[in-house]
Amino acid sequence: TLRLICTTTAVQRKNVGASGPEKYTEAFIKKQIEEFNLGKRHLANMMGEDPETFTQEDIDRAIAYLFPSGLFDKQARPMMKHPTEVFPAQRKIQWGEDGRPFHFLFYTGKQSYYSLMHETYEKFLNVQKHQDQLIAQDLPLQKEKRNLAGSRWLTKIELEEMLLEKLSDDDYSRFIQLLQKLVALPCADIEENYIQKFSKEVPVQLQKVVIEPLQYDEQGVAFSTGEGKRKSARATAVVYDNGTGKITVNGTDILHYFPVLQDREQLLFPFQFLGRIGKHDMVCTVSGGGRSAQAGAIRLASAKALRSFVTEKEVEFMRQAGLLTVDPRVKERKKPGQEGPRRKFTWKKR
Amino acid sequence: QLDHGCALHTAARGGLSSVSPQEVPAERPRAVFHTSESDPAKHTEQHEGRLYDIPLEEVKAVFPHGLPYRFQQQIKTFNEARVMVRRPALELLAYLKGSNLAHPAVRYVIYGERGTGKTMTLCHVVHYCSRQGWLVLHIPDAHLWVKNCKELLQSSYNKDRLDQPLQASVWLKNFKTSNEHFLREIKTQKKYTWGKRESTEEGRPLGEVVEQGLARVRSASDAVGVVLREIKQQSHRGSFRLLVAVDGVNALWGRTTLRKEDKSPVSPEELTLVHNLRKMVRNDWSGGAIVTTLSQTGSLFQPSSAYTPHKLLGREGFDALDPFVPIPVANYSPREFESCYGYYLERKWLQHEKAHTEDGKAELQFLSGSNPRQLDRLAGPL
Repeated sequence: TLRLICTTTAVQRKNVGASGPEKYTEAFIKKQIEEFNLGKRHLANMMGEDPETFTQEDIDRAIAYLFPSGLFDKQARPMMKHPTEVFPAQRKIQWGEDGRPFHFLFYTGKQSYYSLMHETYEKFLNVQKHQDQLIAQDLPLQKEKRNLAGSRWLTKIELEEMLLEKLSDDDYSRFIQLLQKLVALPCADIEENYIQKFSKEVPVQLQKVVIEPLQYDEQGVAFSTGEGKRKSARATAVVYDNGTGKITVNGTDILHYFPVLQDREQLLFPFQFLGRIGKHDMVCTVSGGGRSAQAGAIRLASAKALRSFVTEKEVEFMRQAGLLTVDPRVKERKKPGQEGPRRKFTWKKR
Repeated sequence: QLDHGCALHTAARGGLSSVSPQEVPAERPRAVFHTSESDPAKHTEQHEGRLYDIPLEEVKAVFPHGLPYRFQQQIKTFNEARVMVRRPALELLAYLKGSNLAHPAVRYVIYGERGTGKTMTLCHVVHYCSRQGWLVLHIPDAHLWVKNCKELLQSSYNKDRLDQPLQASVWLKNFKTSNEHFLREIKTQKKYTWGKRESTEEGRPLGEVVEQGLARVRSASDAVGVVLREIKQQSHRGSFRLLVAVDGVNALWGRTTLRKEDKSPVSPEELTLVHNLRKMVRNDWSGGAIVTTLSQTGSLFQPSSAYTPHKLLGREGFDALDPFVPIPVANYSPREFESCYGYYLERKWLQHEKAHTEDGKAELQFLSGSNPRQLDRLAGPL
């Protein structure tokens, strides 16, 4: 049941910076920084390294060596970091001794946000003035277009961190719209520096999987290898060209190794999909897992090996058919207080 | 499956009569897979991979109990019995044609992996011999005699041995149907007493012994023993030729699942039927041949990967059967596979649309591994 509490939005929002007196005074933070630096030098001495060139990575390694911990959560382990990373950044007190606030927009509530909007709009007007000047002088306006494809704007959370105060979705969207308008102008290159503060590089597209070329063995028959896994079964497959469709698993024929039809159908699937049932021979080795897992592992391995024989379009088709994806399903862990991963104990009324 | 098959059959007949233009292309592939040669004596290598027809009356006369169960169902479904001519069978037939009957009987052991067609090869040979006029002693599955026996009687003839009246009587009945005319011709050479009142005089036809065995079920196993002994003794005279065809011969030397009343296990020698059969399989008689099959499917206490004579027969069996001519049976060759597939298509057994395509055929070949049994089981639900 919800209890309606009538409060104003101002009270509900816990402002990071403006919540009363600071939790950490400036003096406190300065002391922490001094202690950190001293501790760094001590640590360097202890490890026998040079205190001047002791980087954060070396600190992490030293701490992991001196205080080994088996905890799973990395953030729960002992760490030694610079106080600015440890203590959250917060705003200093915004008003002086006489109670008068420093910033002129303090009483709006979101002073940094509005000042940012004002600044951006000032740049916008600047650019427009420059544009008018160029038109008056009949000079060409177009310069190179900014590449928007490889960059993105800051997210709301990143902007909040930058401004050290909370924003609402509406505010954020208005700011982004303003930035986009600014960038859309042809002469926006003047304010490039300012704009770059608010944009980030998108990492390059995921590396494309490299398809290995075919290898040739002594008789000149082309072959390729592939590896696959499923649950806890690992399989390697070598697919030879110019074959009759014979398949050997761990030295035995598939009819003997997989007496169940379902497993043989799994093996058949990649070849059937590409329409190459009788054309390739295969020799595979598999270990671990159970009957069905081994079949799935061999299927993945053979699909990966077949990529080398096949055009890129067909590789894409295989990927979409799900032949090249590792099956992530594994046995779920049993939880305490339950009989199995999902099954609860029988519920008794008394 | 049977109802489905019958519906198929009537639909097929109806389909063939109504659509005539399609009949013409269907006729030509039919010629490739089938032979009109119904006499196994005339089967040569050019008939290899083809299916030949056995008239249904002959089937009932020659094979009252020999054919595998699935094949019998197939006969009922398709209303005809078609057996494929394969290389091992041709080999065996060639040996039989060229064998000298004055010499002691040669033993042939058909062996191979599971479901490759050993029993069918045996049946092919049996058909040939019955056509040629041999006396066929066909034991459908020796494993039936060493397991699942409900009644075990102590033999009256020999105190150590145990009788199996049920199996013996069943076998005698089938033997009667297959070899009627021989039973009238062959005469007994000794007097046999079946108990206080019944006895068979010398010179009576064997048919009487068989009747005796069927009437008095308690002495059926002894009747079987008598029949076997008589036939063996008279075969070298030359009035008839004898073929001993045993399926699952490795049962004679393995272990049994039967137990005596005091829960001690029974070894095969203690069973009258097995004892007599072992005597038959020894090659101390002439005037015929012994063709046997090894079978892993019904065998007891043998791993499923064993298929060689050495493994399945064990030391004892191997020594007893040695020397023999081994005849391996393998999976279908590509040609045989195609003819089997063509036969199923032509009989409209494969109903699935994709089964008619080349891809479907390749799939079937891959999934069954060209194993006849697997192919049969796969094609069933399609």
